[in-house]
Amino acid sequence: MSGKVEISLAVNGETIEALVAPRTTLADFLRQDIQLTGTHTGCEMGVCGACLVLLDDRPVHACLMFAVQADGCAVETVEGLTLRRAIDDLQKAFHERNALQCGFCTPGMLVSAYGILASGGEPDRDGIRDALSGNYCRCTGYESIVDAIETTVRQRRQHVEEEKA
Amino acid sequence: MNAFAGSIDRPNSYIGRSVSRPNAKRLLEGRGRYVTDLVLPRMLHAAFVRSPYAHGKIVSIDIEEAKALSGVRAVFTGEDLASICAPWTGTLDHFTNMKSPPQVPLPLEKVMWSGQPVVLIVADSRAIAEDAAELVIVDIEELPALADPVEAMSAAAMSQELADNICFATKLDSGGVEEAFDAADTTVEQSFIFGRHTAVTLEPRAIVADYDPSENRLTAHHATQTPYQFQDVYSRHYGIPEANVRVIAPDIGGSFGMKLHVYHEEMAVVGASILLGRPIKYVADRMESFVSDIHARDHRVTGRLALDRDGRITAMDVDDVTAIGAFSSYPRTSAVEGNQVIRLMGAPYDFSSYRANLSVVFQNKVQTSQYRAVGHPIACAVTESLVDAAARELSLDPFEIRERNLIPDSSYPRTSPTGYQFEKLSHQVCLARLKSIMNYDALRAEQAGLRQKGILRGIGIALFVEITNPSPAFYGVGGARISAQDGAILKLTPSGEVHCSISVTEQGQGTETIIGQIVADQLGIDREKVRVMTGDTDTTPHGGATWACRGAGIGGETALQAARKLKANLLAVAGLILQARPGELDIRADWIVEAVTGQQRISLAEVARIAFFRSDTLPPETQAQLSVAHHYAPQGYPFAFTNGAQGCLVEVDAETGFVKILKHWVVEDCGRIINPLLVDEQVRGGVVQGLGAAFFEECLYNEEGQLTNGSLADYLVPMACEMPDIEISHVETPTRDTELGAKGCGEAGTAAASAAAMNAVNDALVGHGAVLTQIPMTPTRILKALGTI
Repeated sequence: MSGKVEISLAVNGETIEALVAPRTTLADFLRQDIQLTGTHTGCEMGVCGACLVLLDDRPVHACLMFAVQADGCAVETVEGLTLRRAIDDLQKAFHERNALQCGFCTPGMLVSAYGILASGGEPDRDGIRDALSGNYCRCTGYESIVDAIETTVRQRRQHVEEEKA
Repeated sequence: MNAFAGSIDRPNSYIGRSVSRPNAKRLLEGRGRYVTDLVLPRMLHAAFVRSPYAHGKIVSIDIEEAKALSGVRAVFTGEDLASICAPWTGTLDHFTNMKSPPQVPLPLEKVMWSGQPVVLIVADSRAIAEDAAELVIVDIEELPALADPVEAMSAAAMSQELADNICFATKLDSGGVEEAFDAADTTVEQSFIFGRHTAVTLEPRAIVADYDPSENRLTAHHATQTPYQFQDVYSRHYGIPEANVRVIAPDIGGSFGMKLHVYHEEMAVVGASILLGRPIKYVADRMESFVSDIHARDHRVTGRLALDRDGRITAMDVDDVTAIGAFSSYPRTSAVEGNQVIRLMGAPYDFSSYRANLSVVFQNKVQTSQYRAVGHPIACAVTESLVDAAARELSLDPFEIRERNLIPDSSYPRTSPTGYQFEKLSHQVCLARLKSIMNYDALRAEQAGLRQKGILRGIGIALFVEITNPSPAFYGVGGARISAQDGAILKLTPSGEVHCSISVTEQGQGTETIIGQIVADQLGIDREKVRVMTGDTDTTPHGGATWACRGAGIGGETALQAARKLKANLLAVAGLILQARPGELDIRADWIVEAVTGQQRISLAEVARIAFFRSDTLPPETQAQLSVAHHYAPQGYPFAFTNGAQGCLVEVDAETGFVKILKHWVVEDCGRIINPLLVDEQVRGGVVQGLGAAFFEECLYNEEGQLTNGSLADYLVPMACEMPDIEISHVETPTRDTELGAKGCGEAGTAAASAAAMNAVNDALVGHGAVLTQIPMTPTRILKALGTI
């Protein structure tokens, strides 16, 4: 194919400089070029949510973006969120509640959940279910995922209240 | 009796406890290792050119331009692979007169469904392989497609090897059906259509085939739930000694039965790796998944019930036409679904006159085959819809008519009119429990109140019987090389930990967790000291693996028996060290203790250290057996049937046809529960797949046999916002066939969810002259039933 393009971006806090084909999606770039395989591709058309990553701290579908579009941006994947312990409580709640089975949707679910919590609101169960509408899970029936996020919302609120007190 | 298998109040008693899954932590950190993630040195990538037509004669294939593209390493057509691969045929011997055309990796003369792989491109990257695929010119002379199953039954044979399009037909007749219908006070009859749907595993099918010609050795990293079956298939069809074929199934992104069938793409990729001597990776993209993964269901059923004036069922008569695509799948066949449909009909109820007619029909579509709860949802929906129809006819409450008809819990063991042997089921307890957890009377009162305001709520219930723990009577008697036994190897480490490799596999159900629980429980050690390995034919003993709900019941029993064997060996060594009789010792909390007093004598780690490193201090001629291998095959009843009941509450908007699912309830009896947390989520996941079938999921075809909604944007998968909370309650009736007493639970949710949903929608529409007997119950179909459109 045509010539490769030079890009520079921050991935999980590390600066990455790379030559990529213009048609390479961000998902393929993360998975294949820099081997961050935590980001998964389930539909490659922005429906299933398995490929969600943070682009400048907002959840985006890595399968719907080209890597060249992320030039100059900060990308964070489930590995990065784990490394900087931004989702410790979510991961713990997911683990205890068994809010995952095969685990393929899970990185995308966690990125969505991170987004829900980062938005500052305190959604109820219906709100959480609505917010997860871009994430397909074929194993759990969703309830355990809703439970785990709800638990984390509650715990974070308690934590804030305790700090205030 | 097997009550001693789980005593919850002693140290290390893990059977029955909600412990979390150790392997889930990896997945939560993005450290899963799926086949999709795998990269091997010098690995190439595969893409396929697929048939645009549902039926056609291949006139010519021009691959020259594709072959010339930079980065393309090979292009293969049917002849290339057929020359090294023995054809396969999806039949079972015990299905008398069953037939199916032989299959090869890529077609030689004809294409049989739209999306069938025709040409394989192997290139340096998937993108290049796809570029090259566009340069292949396949000239196909289009033939009329057989898309409709009923037409296909009488149409000329579409496969030249066969005389007609009937794959398999069978009848069951226990006698007395005509007489019962003649004498009946009430009869009800309904015709049903059950659409095609598909598994939609979030991770598509994937394989990395790696053939090493220097050793005539094939390693297949394969996203499958049945590695041993594929070891056998690759060995026999490509003529490689079985011991030289290794199948590794690492983390699997969902399977639900879909990833245990032989697919043309995987076979072709294995063949290409053999021809090239290099690793080749193939990962289906989602569009390919829709046209090449097995589909499921696709039944047209007519059913009749005869009842007496008390509302007691006296006879059932059904006809099932099931359409399976162009071939019967291999090695399990596409006839098992229909066979289970007609044998599970009416299963919860106490009547003896049953007649069924089954026709399994070929057509020009992708294969249908086993997917979660094989046959169960169809049998359940037909039975339970007819029972509700009878209740409406007789003005009986849905609970009341079932209470009058279900098989009494005190009347087991017994054999169904279709020949199934039930050891012990618990319908009465489950139905009563369902009524109580639903708070049924209050729901009915609420429904009546809302109805006056024009709000249409519906309450539906369904009883089900589930097939689990299949014995050799399932596939073995049919000549399929599918193991009914499982195997486990337990090894003590010098530090006193235990390594367990076992043939049942993990696709997220928590197999590794429950096996660890059972081993730790039986050995009396901390569960964190048990490491469980699955999914590798080189490092685990041969076995059936996880399908048809055999993981806990058969795999768990295997682990239990293996652990007891190892424990006996450990106590024998400890007895020598302590100069005590083994029978006076026990293991608790990682210590060898006095069995009666619990007094600690020596740590297990110390026993291990002595046995491994200071065997000179043991009595002469002592050979401590610190690893044990154990196999277990089910005996006794051919299947461990389970049962349960489900309830569904919906609200139907009669103006738009939209249905809001408000709540779902499940009462389930899977025998001994090893881990309630995992069982509940298995059941919930199953319910959602059943509700998906009920309301959303359908593979839609046009008259030319083209799939018209083959993407995740067009095919509706249930989402979080559409699904209700699901309340679960358990009844435990352990099977006495095993020490563990566990039966399966994986199909339970799917088995009855769509039946309960269909009854709920019809309950909501009572008085509106509409009865739905087709799933999915889309808004359009609901409005059509209402006569609105």
